[in-house]
Amino acid sequence: MNDVASGPEPSPDFLALDRSEALALLRGMVRIRRFEEKCAQQYGAGKIRGFLHLYIGEEAVAAGVMPLLDADDAIVSTYREHGHALLRGVPAGAIMAEMFGKVEGCSRGRGGSMHLFDLARRFYGGNAIVAGGIPIALGLALADRMQGRKRVTACLFGDGAVAEGEFHESMNLAALWKLPVLFLCENNQYAMGTAIERYESEKNIAIKARSYRMESERADGMDVLAVRAATRRGVEFVRSGAGPWFIELVTYRFRAHSAYDPELYRSKDEVKEWRKRDPIALFEALASERGLVGPGDVAAIEKEADAEADAAVAFAEAGALEPVEDLTRDVYASGGAR
Amino acid sequence: MSSGAPASASARKTTYREAVRAALREALRGDDRVFLMGEDVGRYGGSYACSLGLLEEFGPERVRDTPLSESAFVGAGIGAAMAGMRPIVEIMTVNFSLLALDQILNNAATLRHMSGGQVGVPLVIRMATGAGRQVAAQHSHSLENFYAHIPGLKVLAPATIEDARGMLATALEEPDPVILFEHAMLYPTEGELAADAGAVPIDRAAIRRPGKDATVIAYGGTVAKALAAAQTLAERGVDTEVIDLRTLRPLDDDTIVASVTKTRRAVVVDEGWKTGSLAAEVCARLVEKAFYELDAPIARVCTAEVPIPYAKHLEDAALPQPGRIVEAVLGTMGGHG
Repeated sequence: MNDVASGPEPSPDFLALDRSEALALLRGMVRIRRFEEKCAQQYGAGKIRGFLHLYIGEEAVAAGVMPLLDADDAIVSTYREHGHALLRGVPAGAIMAEMFGKVEGCSRGRGGSMHLFDLARRFYGGNAIVAGGIPIALGLALADRMQGRKRVTACLFGDGAVAEGEFHESMNLAALWKLPVLFLCENNQYAMGTAIERYESEKNIAIKARSYRMESERADGMDVLAVRAATRRGVEFVRSGAGPWFIELVTYRFRAHSAYDPELYRSKDEVKEWRKRDPIALFEALASERGLVGPGDVAAIEKEADAEADAAVAFAEAGALEPVEDLTRDVYASGGAR
Repeated sequence: MSSGAPASASARKTTYREAVRAALREALRGDDRVFLMGEDVGRYGGSYACSLGLLEEFGPERVRDTPLSESAFVGAGIGAAMAGMRPIVEIMTVNFSLLALDQILNNAATLRHMSGGQVGVPLVIRMATGAGRQVAAQHSHSLENFYAHIPGLKVLAPATIEDARGMLATALEEPDPVILFEHAMLYPTEGELAADAGAVPIDRAAIRRPGKDATVIAYGGTVAKALAAAQTLAERGVDTEVIDLRTLRPLDDDTIVASVTKTRRAVVVDEGWKTGSLAAEVCARLVEKAFYELDAPIARVCTAEVPIPYAKHLEDAALPQPGRIVEAVLGTMGGHG
């Protein structure tokens, strides 16, 4: 099952799937899709500013991973983290309010789209320095080990991070110290606008983890069941205390890198081809074929997700701007900068 | 150099290095959350022997040798601090800390604010700084000003044996990241240390020598040079006050301003390069807050604008030296004294 050379594998999990699980997986992906479409709309309306990195196309990863983590496990994420946060249970309203720069935002409006935090849910942030969050995940895991807690730290990063020195330093240290980290590489095959074949001498990322003597596998990141199956293996291994586990999830970003990206670096045909493997459509078709979900279910889930996104916007609209007098709060525990 | 402590029956001779080690030992003994991590801190005993014997006493879980991966182990310190530990991370020299600057600036200093106050990083990073050992331009620089520039950090420079012994404990009580700069030339210095020496406050500068004619402001490795200069000046009839900044961020403006208000002359000594230096910041604050108290332009004695050279005579020439401090003070006196 860990053959990194074989590439995406079928979903052995599928036969074990029941209706409620199927609905939950579908709901997870649709909630992200609809929430992010709403984000794009709000960006267009000028309500969200700065960078907005959409996850659309990659939803199967968050939907496959997040439900398998326990409440006291930790998550370290990237700047493309709306979906991770949402499925971790960060309220949609708090995420939207954050992007609106409101004090009700999950980071009080100090972080924005790239820096969603929710410590109550052990969501340690969107980190916008590529690979910069990986060492932090090591530390969270080290603290767990030193304090005798059987927790998992899930560390998400993109393929671009693999070219950074911090990635390699961290792979080595995590494997050397057998730290309880589940590494989840969301390989959407582009580091911003540079395709992986143009920046990696070895495109198989899972194999790099192997070179650090870390257990690793590669899974189809467009197939939520494959993601779930791989994650289940990884979580079990990490929680057993046997060390870190690495999963490369091969996926694709349907939208531009950020709102500023004119997408000069890839063809419309390429995007069109990948859209044929839309994770939501793919799973919906499979689950329908198995008779696990019907058209009514899908419509109901979509309606719910739209309502959640609308309510998030209303919540964010109604939110307050922090008084400018508070500008320098939260620089130190004692308050502002001196 | 003199430690500045009043010699007493209970005082004993020690070194700066032993004081650092005593502080580390006390921290590890006193709090299970504390652990020490860095390159060669364990079996080697620390590249400056500060942690010699600690591995044997506390074991490899709490005295952790790391790979040469500054970014990974500093980041791991940040994560561990976020999750309830009290890590002490040692970086071999400030030059190497640049390899971890991403973690220190973009994470340690930033996470509290960026998370809207949710994430605290109670991490202590110790590192050696400074020149004087002929180890050339990649092991000798003084970049304290880089770190003192960053909101979210506290920056300390223990210049005395009491501070080497006492600042760590106070730093470990801080809810925010603290950077401790230990000047490499100070490690072998000897002095008296009270037997009951312990934690010291880290919020005030210290007057290491009172005086009335001029103020010399220094920190870290230049404090001893300032005191030597003051001794020479005293022989020439100039009574010089020497201030040790101790804490480089936040700066203790009150102590500096009060001193200059008294002496009306100021010389700022800094082993960093003059351009954009901490000395420049101190000058700016004096101009902002004590301009009308000054009887002469403020002078600076900084390191020459050159990567620290290897050859002994050139290294000496590059660095602030007591003779240059004496000249600078006399310069503010208008040639008198």
